[in-house]
Amino acid sequence: MAELAPGAAPERAMDTTLTPDAETGLRDEAKPSRRDYDALPASDPKSPVALFGTDEPLSMDCGITLAPFRVAYQTVGTLNAERSNAVLICHALTGDQHFAHTHPVTGKAGWWETLVGPGKPIDTNRYFVICSNVIGSCMGSTGPASLDPSTGRPYGLDFPLVTIRDMVRAQSMLLDRLGIRDLFLCIGGSMGGMQVLQWASLFPERVFAAMPIATGARHSAQNIAFHEVGRQAIMADPAWADGRYLEEGTRPAKGLGVARMGAHITYLSEPALHRKFGRRLQNRAAPTFSFNADFQIESYLRHQGLSFVERFDANAYLYLTRAMDYFDLAEDHGGVLANAFRGSKTRFCVISFTSDWLFPTADSRAIVHALNAVAAPVAFVEVESDKGHDAFLLDEPAMFSAAQGFIDAAARARGL
Amino acid sequence: MAHPTLTDASTAPWDAAESLPRGADERVDHLVVLGLVPDGARVLDIGCGDGSLLALLRDRRNIDGRGIELSREGVNACLARGLPVIQGDADTDLANYPDDAFDVVVLSQTIQATRNPRIVLEHLLRIGKQVIISFPNFGHWRVRTELAFRGRMPMTEIMPETWYETPNIHHCTIRDFVGLCRTVGANIEKATALDGRGKPMRYSMPWWFWNLVGAQGVFLLRRGPAKPL
Repeated sequence: MAELAPGAAPERAMDTTLTPDAETGLRDEAKPSRRDYDALPASDPKSPVALFGTDEPLSMDCGITLAPFRVAYQTVGTLNAERSNAVLICHALTGDQHFAHTHPVTGKAGWWETLVGPGKPIDTNRYFVICSNVIGSCMGSTGPASLDPSTGRPYGLDFPLVTIRDMVRAQSMLLDRLGIRDLFLCIGGSMGGMQVLQWASLFPERVFAAMPIATGARHSAQNIAFHEVGRQAIMADPAWADGRYLEEGTRPAKGLGVARMGAHITYLSEPALHRKFGRRLQNRAAPTFSFNADFQIESYLRHQGLSFVERFDANAYLYLTRAMDYFDLAEDHGGVLANAFRGSKTRFCVISFTSDWLFPTADSRAIVHALNAVAAPVAFVEVESDKGHDAFLLDEPAMFSAAQGFIDAAARARGL
Repeated sequence: MAHPTLTDASTAPWDAAESLPRGADERVDHLVVLGLVPDGARVLDIGCGDGSLLALLRDRRNIDGRGIELSREGVNACLARGLPVIQGDADTDLANYPDDAFDVVVLSQTIQATRNPRIVLEHLLRIGKQVIISFPNFGHWRVRTELAFRGRMPMTEIMPETWYETPNIHHCTIRDFVGLCRTVGANIEKATALDGRGKPMRYSMPWWFWNLVGAQGVFLLRRGPAKPL
């Protein structure tokens, strides 16, 4: 659900310098040329790509077998001789594989460099760290912005509906390709946390340790509701053109921007908004008696919407929000979440944040209780933070120390 | 009812604990628990603090240990020791464990701080084949003296807080606890009292004596109809 750190981190986004765009609101995009389309990250991810041909199709939950398809990924570190030190990072809704690399579109630092790097809790001197763009996204793995080989044009809404389990299946095929039998650690926040839970449930023998952060075993009605508002905003934009905007040479920037603005509120908390913005005015002494961005919070949200449309595909946003809505791990196991983890040998560390109202601590406790019910080894920490759901992407020393303790102990247990 | 006597010192499990080599940071009450836990047991320690008891049991008894701890600092210390510990408490986090999930459940100096000690004890007996439980004895002579002669709520080594700051909302005496065991159908397999320094008191005495001189009660329980002692 959450976000690439560079765009989302309220700390860094505090520079709410008024731009003409932010002042007047979201604008229509100029028509991109054909060359622009070829340069889209969906076509040119600026990272390694694993190609899977018609002999290696992806069996999807919707009943379709997708072939050919590709998975774009990044790695840092070195796989050891025993191939036992692999870490898979699962990214969130609008994240991507550039977890520790300069982003090819925004030019910003990797989105999880707070947690991953030399000497960090996920120490790239010790571990071989992998992150792949999820299926259905737009940063190089096959998704609605990719070209459909049967028609030669972008899939658009012809792309099959993706589930969290489909994403995990594609990741497991990537690991097979990389020659990695099992993961030392599978970790992720928000939608990434959903993938971690799905990994532990679907391939328990391939996951030694799992860290689902700020997530839930199912998407709540409230969360589905927020996603639906975002999708309707995109589809209400005439430039969306029934999902064929890439061929039309338009982009539903207004709709996607509004979707992003709404979603961004859910990633923060009221205390954080109050602390950072309050009712302060944006570069003016008094309200202007207009609908310009008088308040700093308005300017900030418009900036978030504008910068998001630069780097994300609107149809991919529709597909990935849907994948989260469909996620219900208990439903997949006879309505009993504990059944999803029965017999699991995986060590779990579940983390939540006190001010996260999108995936509140109760969601994490439900996971913990299910793991307790099957006597799985589980640790759980609720981190005190006022930064809301996005806290997992930010500088949270309490999260880092919990992660450090859990990961180091797991490494000792695995002989790393 | 006839007052049962406490376990005879000659058969007390803590004898074994006493004879083990002791590390500098090991607490006597932890060694008492160590003497009660069999090798390779599955153990849940509720209110496990920094995990020192679980680590001791893991290192000496090769147990499969789990913990519940209220403080984040405690949970983090446990994580660093590689112990699977969840942030939670006895009142809210026991209901989801299945029956017989553990060989031994330990609740140390905590039952008097729970909202509903009876329900907590029933859960302990349900999820653990054996329950080791210790608590400060409100029937200790010093407690009685404070109340009787000074008219003040007592403060002792193991109950150091004032009445308005203490987390202990359900104080009980050793006799009170024996009564609760009867009410919930807990079978008292072993019991003893510890002195103010946490050392087992090695005499065979009737309940009223322990209830007067024991600073803490330590019980080993098992569910089932109470056997006549």
